Order: sequence, then structure tokens, then C-alpha cells
Amino acid sequence: MSDVTFGGGGQMPQVAAEPLIGARRRVLARLLRQRSAIVGLALLAFLVLVAIFADVIATHDPIKVLFDAEPGIRPRTAPCIHLLGCPAVQPQHLLGTDGNARDEFSRVIHGTRVSLFIGFVTVVGAILIGTFIGAVAGFFGGWVDNVLMRLMDMLLAFPALLLALVIVTVLGKGLINAMIAVAIVSIPVYARVMRAAVLSVRELDFVTAARALGDSPASILTRRVVPNSITPLIVQATLGIGTAVLEVAALSFLGLAAQPPTAEWGTMIGNERNQLFTAPWLIIAPGVALTLTVLAFNLLGDGLRDALDPRLAT
Amino acid sequence: MIQFIVRRLVISVPVVLGVVFIVFLLARIVPGDPCVAALGEHANPKSCAAFNSRIGLDLPIFPFIVKHGSSYNLSSDPSSITNNQFVRFLGDLAHGDLGTSVKHGRPVTTLIFERLPTTVELTFYALLFAIAAGIGLGIIAASRHNSKRDLFTMMIANLGVSIPVFVLGLMLAFAFGVLLKDTPFSLPPSGRLSAGLRFQTIAEAWGAASLSGPPRAVLDFLSNMYTVNGLITGQWGLLGDALRHLVLPAIALGTIPMAIIARMTRSSLLEVLGREYIRTAEAKGLRPRVVLFRHALRNALLPVVTVIGLSIASLLSGAVLTETIFGLTGIGLTVFESISARDYVVIQGLALLVALIYVIVNLITDISYGLLDPRVRLTQLS
Repeated sequence: MSDVTFGGGGQMPQVAAEPLIGARRRVLARLLRQRSAIVGLALLAFLVLVAIFADVIATHDPIKVLFDAEPGIRPRTAPCIHLLGCPAVQPQHLLGTDGNARDEFSRVIHGTRVSLFIGFVTVVGAILIGTFIGAVAGFFGGWVDNVLMRLMDMLLAFPALLLALVIVTVLGKGLINAMIAVAIVSIPVYARVMRAAVLSVRELDFVTAARALGDSPASILTRRVVPNSITPLIVQATLGIGTAVLEVAALSFLGLAAQPPTAEWGTMIGNERNQLFTAPWLIIAPGVALTLTVLAFNLLGDGLRDALDPRLAT
Repeated sequence: MIQFIVRRLVISVPVVLGVVFIVFLLARIVPGDPCVAALGEHANPKSCAAFNSRIGLDLPIFPFIVKHGSSYNLSSDPSSITNNQFVRFLGDLAHGDLGTSVKHGRPVTTLIFERLPTTVELTFYALLFAIAAGIGLGIIAASRHNSKRDLFTMMIANLGVSIPVFVLGLMLAFAFGVLLKDTPFSLPPSGRLSAGLRFQTIAEAWGAASLSGPPRAVLDFLSNMYTVNGLITGQWGLLGDALRHLVLPAIALGTIPMAIIARMTRSSLLEVLGREYIRTAEAKGLRPRVVLFRHALRNALLPVVTVIGLSIASLLSGAVLTETIFGLTGIGLTVFESISARDYVVIQGLALLVALIYVIVNLITDISYGLLDPRVRLTQLS
């Protein structure tokens, strides 16, 4: 879970400031040579398509209890696929139904939308605050740097999930609060990455030139330093989305984040976990979906890291 | 070297103080009335006043800051400088008092003493699995770079970091507890021991049942780690049963660190294998196995040590989920239960405990890294 946070601090790729356009094309070319990145990209593209066309792919309304719609339907019916020999008299449910007689397949499909949304929004929130803190700390240095980074150290002194658990308790349970908690927990990672990047860019000639021209610190920071420090951040963010999805799902599993009937994979697994021995597909299906999503971001993030690290370029 | 350790210790002091402060603050701003949470239907203004004064909740939170209901007000009472909740909390902490659990009616330190052994034992075996399997897979992958074997091992590692602990745990329980039931591979999907298994504590086995005080506490702590108990008192039935119960939780919890260690070992080993001195060793005509294990691995394992240290963090996080799934009454499950029961004193104590463990582990990791690699010491000092 926390593997992706290891990239923070000193281990991030040292990316020299290059002319941006040429560099981007080169990075893309390098990225497409990475086997894992291609697999990750393809997987992610697939997931995004599923999320966009969830309404078309899903066979049922994901949150609709089907007791009225299909007389005789029982909760937790086994998967029934007509093509595979399930009797035609029985209504088709590709992954069976869950404990409230909702169509599991439709819920898994719609869960893609929920999870991608969770991952993206959480990470964007964490990045906005984290980069601000890191950029200020790195650019101004001195006591500002010291105070801000010690604060970040304190947040890092807790295991991520545990701190998120406590924060959710303070804020009250619910999906949005869980996302806030996970975002808070991941702020230090982005702050560290940004700070390190700013430190390496700060002393370069074009920043000195801007300073000599009389630009204000704020303008140098936002217009010169930050844009040139963004590459390592992209790597961290890609890996971070996977972590965010995972942590929010874990909170959901514990009943603290998304609440039923939301089609969220962690909640779905948590609700049915006692049915493991009678209806395992209700855990396996959302579990596989969750794993694939995290895998996609991890593979892509690793690929990006390798592609952006000049030391590996040949 | 001593200078390096001292410096590293000094840096962690403000972090520890900050952690204490954050934990205190979080426990105070949790919504809901602790009295209502504790007394339930017996809560009324009179009983709540008594409850609050008994555990000191009627005092100002910080100097000059008083909480009335859910609002915070400034107070001009000078006595609040010394007589406030934070000072009292620090005082209690200095005496090793973490307060009394509302739900269990017992001191938090007692709860920790009873339940920490479960978590320590689980974490130990998870780490053991992670290190053994992780380094093993890393070596296999690196020794045949870009082969099918390498690809396959790295696929396992990538899956390993991506699969959520609770999904893996439930799947393992399903596979070994249901599918393989009635086969020799069947493993218990929950609990720490088989029902009805009788065993002696270490104190009983050693005829020291009359012992009391700290020595007894240490013995009981060790007794609660059933594999340790079984091993040192020779109760092989207990040892075997406890180990069988630990296999699935340890694998579920250890898989993420295992995958991280495998990836780190592989990349570090690949880097070392490309160095000049390896070529020299090969040119001398040493067998590949000797070059790999004697020359390359020793240097490649340095960064792995850091990763192992950092893994303990993800183990503590994962313990909440693993213990919940496998019904192990350790610190993780207790955190989760206390959150559900709004037992703030326990949450506060356990959060502090875990954060301190975490800080200490990081400290040890840093220091051991400094011991292993002199260059680290020099850069950190300069």
C-alpha cells in the first residue's frame, strides 16, 4: 500500500530542466518502449472506457433492488449466463445478485466510475496542497522550510491508513470525508517531491536570470520554478492515484467511507465479507476489479518513472 | 558514528512531541460527547458532570482555552496555565498512564499489554515471509535478467503491490478454508488457535504462577505470543496449531512488503551486477553462484534494508485490515473496534503507541543504514 510513497524524498527521479516540447516527445517515445507502461496504459484506457460507458455496459440499475422487478428473485443468486447453459427461464445475471438482490455485474461496472473519481479527485486535492507547501518550503528555505517539513514529518510519523482512520473518525464517516482523510495523509509525499524538485531547479541559470531581471519571488515560483518541477510530480501522482483508490476502498471495507447502496468496490466487499463461504463471487468480482485498477496505475507510474529518469536512458 | 546517532535522535524529538500533540488534539476535536458515548442511556446532566470531572474533561483544554459543548472560548483564568487537560495528559503520559477504556473499563496500558503480542507475532511472521520470499524472488529475477523467469517474477511482484490486503486475505481464506477443506492443505481461516486447545502459560509451565509484578508481566506478554510460548516451554502442539493459524494472515499481510522487497532486490542486484568488480570476479573464473551470492548480493542488499524498515509501516496499517478479516484480537482490531465504539481514550493511546513504534523503527532503519554504509553517515553530517 505504501510502496508508492517510497518514491518521495530523496529517491525521486532527477529531471533536468530541458526545453519542454522536445523533452515531452522523447519521454513519450521512451514510455512507449516500456512493456509495463503499455500494459498499464491499455488497462487504464479500458477502465476509463468502462467508466464512461458504464450506463451502456451495465445490464441493470446498479443501486436498484430487484425484488419488485423480477418476481421470485432471491438475494445472492449465483451467476447466470444464458450462453453458458443457464436455463432461459431464470433471469440472466452475469455475476449473480448481491445480498439486496441488486445486479452484481452492474454494480462492479459502475464501481469503476466511483473508484476512478475517488482516485483522481483525492490525488488532485492532495497535490494542490502538497505542492504549495513543498514549493514554498523549497523556494524560501530557512525556517519556513524547517517548520513546514517538520510538520510533514509529523504526518508521516503515522501509518497512512491508521491516520486516515482517525481523521475519518474526527470528520464523521462518509465517502467525501474519507477522501479528505486520504488526501491529508498523502500531502507530505507531494510536498517532499515538490520541495526536492524545486531545490534542484532553484539554482539553475534561468531562475537566476529571472531574479536578476527583478521578478518577484511569487512570480519566479509560479512561472519559472513550478512548471519545471512538474515531471517528478506526474510520476508520484500516477502512483498516488492507485494508493488513494486502495486506501479509500479499505476505509469503505471497514464501513467508514462510501455507504450502501453506493456501488463502491470496497463497500461491496465489506458488506458481503461474511458470505465468503456461500457467495464468494460477491467478493472475488469487486476484488479483481479493484486489483486491476490499482495495477493499472502502478504499472503506468513505474513506466513513467523509468521513462523520465535520464539515468536509465540509453 | 556516535555523532550520527545522536544527531538522528535529536531530529526525532520534535517529531515525537508533535505526534503527542496531534494525537491529543485529534482526540479532543472528535465530534460527539464522550459522556454520551460512555454512559449511553444513563447520560444526563448530573451524571455527565460527575463523569467529566472524574476524567478531567471539565478542565480547560489548553491554557486559556475552554470547550463549552461544541464551541471553544477564551478564558482569562490564570490557573488554567498549569491546570488544563494537555498538561494533565502529558503528566499522565510521563507516568505511563494512557487513561482508562470506556468500553472495556480497564486501563489502556493493560489492553495494550494483552493485545500487542498478537500484533507483534503477526507482524513478525508477515515480515519473515516478506523478506524470505521477496529477496528470493528478487534474486531469481535478477539472475536471469529479461528472461521469462524475470518477467513472471515481476508479474507476481506487480500483482502483489496492487492487491488490497482485505481482498487477498478473503481470497486466501476462501481458497484454504473452503476449497481445500478436507485436504492436507486446508488451513484455518480465522482465530489464533483451534477451539478447545488447552495449553499452559509460560508462568504455569515454569511453576512460577505465584510470580507477580513486572517479571510476571513480561512472562504473560511472551505467553500471549503463542508460537514463542510453544517454543520455549516445549508445547509442540501449541506451536504447531498457532503456526497453522498464522500462515494465511501472515501471507495476506506480508504480500505487499514482499513485492516491494522483491522489486528492490531485483533492481539493486541488477545495478550491482553491472559493476566492474563483478566483471573482475567473473574474469577470475569464479563460479556464477559465488559471484552472485558472495560478491553481488552483499552490496545489493543495502537499499533493501531501508525498504524492509519502511515496510513495517505498511504492516502496521495492514494489521488493522488483516486482524479484522481473520478475527485476531490485536492492536489493529482494537483500533477498529474503538472507532466503532467511540472509545476515544483507547484511540488516543493506540495512535500514540503505533506512531511511536513507527518513529522508533524509522530511527533504527536509519541508524542501521548508517552502520552498513559509511557514506550515509558522511553525507548526513556534512
